[in-house]
Amino acid sequence: MSANAGRADRAGVRDGETAARAVELAYIAVVAIVLLLMMLFGLTMRAAQAQYLDVQPRLFYVLLTMHGAGMVGIAGVAGAVVMWHFVRRHVPVNTTVFLANLVLFLIGAVLILGSGFIGGFAGAWTFLYPLPAHSNGIWSANAAAAYMLGLLVIGVGFLLLHLDVLHGIWRTYGSLANGLGLKQAIGLKPEKTGPPPAVPAATMASIVNVLGIVIGAVVLILSLVNLYVPSFTMSALVAKNLIYFFGHVFINATIYMAVIAVYEILPLYAHHPWKTNRIFYLAWVASTVMVLIVYPHHLLMDFAMPPWALVVGQIISYLSGLPVLLVTAFGALTVVHRSGLRWDTPSGLCFLGVLGWAAGVIPAIADGTIVVNSVMHNTQWVPGHFHTYLLLGTVAMFLGYMTWTAKEVPHETIGTEPAAFWLYVGGGIIFVVAFLAAGSASVPRRYAVHLAPWLTYDRIGSLGALLVVLGVGIMVVQFLVRVPALARLPMTAVAQPLPEAAAE
Amino acid sequence: MVVQNVVWAVSIILMAAVVGVFVWVADGASRHVVDHAPLTAAAYRLRPWLFLILALAMVGANWRTLIELPYRAVASARVLAAPVQRVQVVGEQWDWRITPNQVKAGTPVAFHVTSRDVNHGFAIYDPSLRIVAETQAMPGFDNVLRYTFEQPGIYQVMCLEYCGLLHHVMRATITVVPR
Repeated sequence: MSANAGRADRAGVRDGETAARAVELAYIAVVAIVLLLMMLFGLTMRAAQAQYLDVQPRLFYVLLTMHGAGMVGIAGVAGAVVMWHFVRRHVPVNTTVFLANLVLFLIGAVLILGSGFIGGFAGAWTFLYPLPAHSNGIWSANAAAAYMLGLLVIGVGFLLLHLDVLHGIWRTYGSLANGLGLKQAIGLKPEKTGPPPAVPAATMASIVNVLGIVIGAVVLILSLVNLYVPSFTMSALVAKNLIYFFGHVFINATIYMAVIAVYEILPLYAHHPWKTNRIFYLAWVASTVMVLIVYPHHLLMDFAMPPWALVVGQIISYLSGLPVLLVTAFGALTVVHRSGLRWDTPSGLCFLGVLGWAAGVIPAIADGTIVVNSVMHNTQWVPGHFHTYLLLGTVAMFLGYMTWTAKEVPHETIGTEPAAFWLYVGGGIIFVVAFLAAGSASVPRRYAVHLAPWLTYDRIGSLGALLVVLGVGIMVVQFLVRVPALARLPMTAVAQPLPEAAAE
Repeated sequence: MVVQNVVWAVSIILMAAVVGVFVWVADGASRHVVDHAPLTAAAYRLRPWLFLILALAMVGANWRTLIELPYRAVASARVLAAPVQRVQVVGEQWDWRITPNQVKAGTPVAFHVTSRDVNHGFAIYDPSLRIVAETQAMPGFDNVLRYTFEQPGIYQVMCLEYCGLLHHVMRATITVVPR
């Protein structure tokens, strides 16, 4: 190779890295801003339920719909940037596709926000058929269509991204089974020959999300047709199955993508790698199957469902907890235990993310138990458990990744970081425990107006939400003010192992 | 025994245990062990035992909770043969039509629940505002919920599946009279 050609290759790689870094920073900034905005929507709803704010039901249910769709979507984007950043160290992925996903997300977000705040659409993020077409005059078919088109556009972006990641994994490892570490899981190959932790997680999340998004697209298109051709109908039960399959898979995939931050960042602080062994690969293979077949636990009160499907939903709900508790949580504890680790905000957030996930599994399993669901379905127990593993799990993992990225830039405001962390942790615990306590007291979820006996839970929950918003707000602002400096850093500097962490 | 109280207590205790373990490990993380391998090996020897404990707990919980299911398709012949008070329930934005809306305590009630428009959630609250039973009200389906009221009183019905603007006011009452 001539010197000129070598220089040209290096320049090409540098340009590619610079572009990738720019898109990653754009992702993180978008997630940070949207996350904060959606948290403000959530705080507004809790404050309205607490009777601290006067929010009319019409606006409340629009906020409910926007908060749900926005949080699920932005959790997906957060998971995507974490996955993409780490998986591209091992497999080739396309920056243009990565950027396309973000652009399509923003287009979809505009459609969804327009459907709610201009068109008044308030069919909840789950757009449960046939509600979008039966608003009783509150919103138009066009508003509902804008919402569903927005979801479709976002789905197309994620589909492209996941297919690109799967393509890269296939090219590097020869098959998706190899990417999952299937041969290591069943003992056909030594466990030391398996892929690094980010790869099975990315493979699993991408496989299930491709299937989930395709099913979601099917039910969205059928619902769109129903909007304009009311004589075209489908079974409400079939529609519910399709929607909950899509919804369950998509939201769970956000955790499976975000946890890659834990696998990659915590070991840098703890000075030794995340141990991948046969059980680790087995857990990811099992999780791939379980996340696809567990969704009937959302339908336990749909008595028209075949009972065997609901029993399977309960049993798989329990089994799904094992990989979380015995592999990821146990692995994180083992990596950190007496490692000499010096805690800071990124490492603390990554560790918290695993804790939130592991703790949230417990009330989730309880809710997945049929006899329990019979008296707690659609109470505030449900947002109680999913906020535990999303707010204190997925979001913590993303914030860990965000603050880890931001640490590359020296800054004067570092003194506020511990305060932000503890506001978020303390507020988060108050917030989720208030939901769980209210759920055990039979307070319904998704009510714009609460009865007097329920207000205490709402007021405590509002305080927790306020603290969370303050803590996350500080972290977000601290990140955003550093974006220009991060963009100017040498391409290798961003998100590399920390100098102090790399030293033994 | 109120199911919700048991679930709340067990969940909080187990969650607190998880938090306790994480806090303990986080607190000791700064104490550096030069050779971490024996520590890791010891931890991984512990894992099969943890698996065994969790697996046994899960088998036990499923065994205990799957014995009695609320679904008619798996109800025993004895349950199906027992005399019931039939109540027709129709949900429609944003009202319940419950016929009859008065039943006797001590005799099983079979609620035949459906909807004329969108999905609703048929949840029965006892006089202390605690849910005692629920099922979904779905267009095109007849979900049969069996429940025996033990205590007389005014029970409230609330919608527990979001159904639009007045979801939160979609309520009704059922009067339970002494047997």
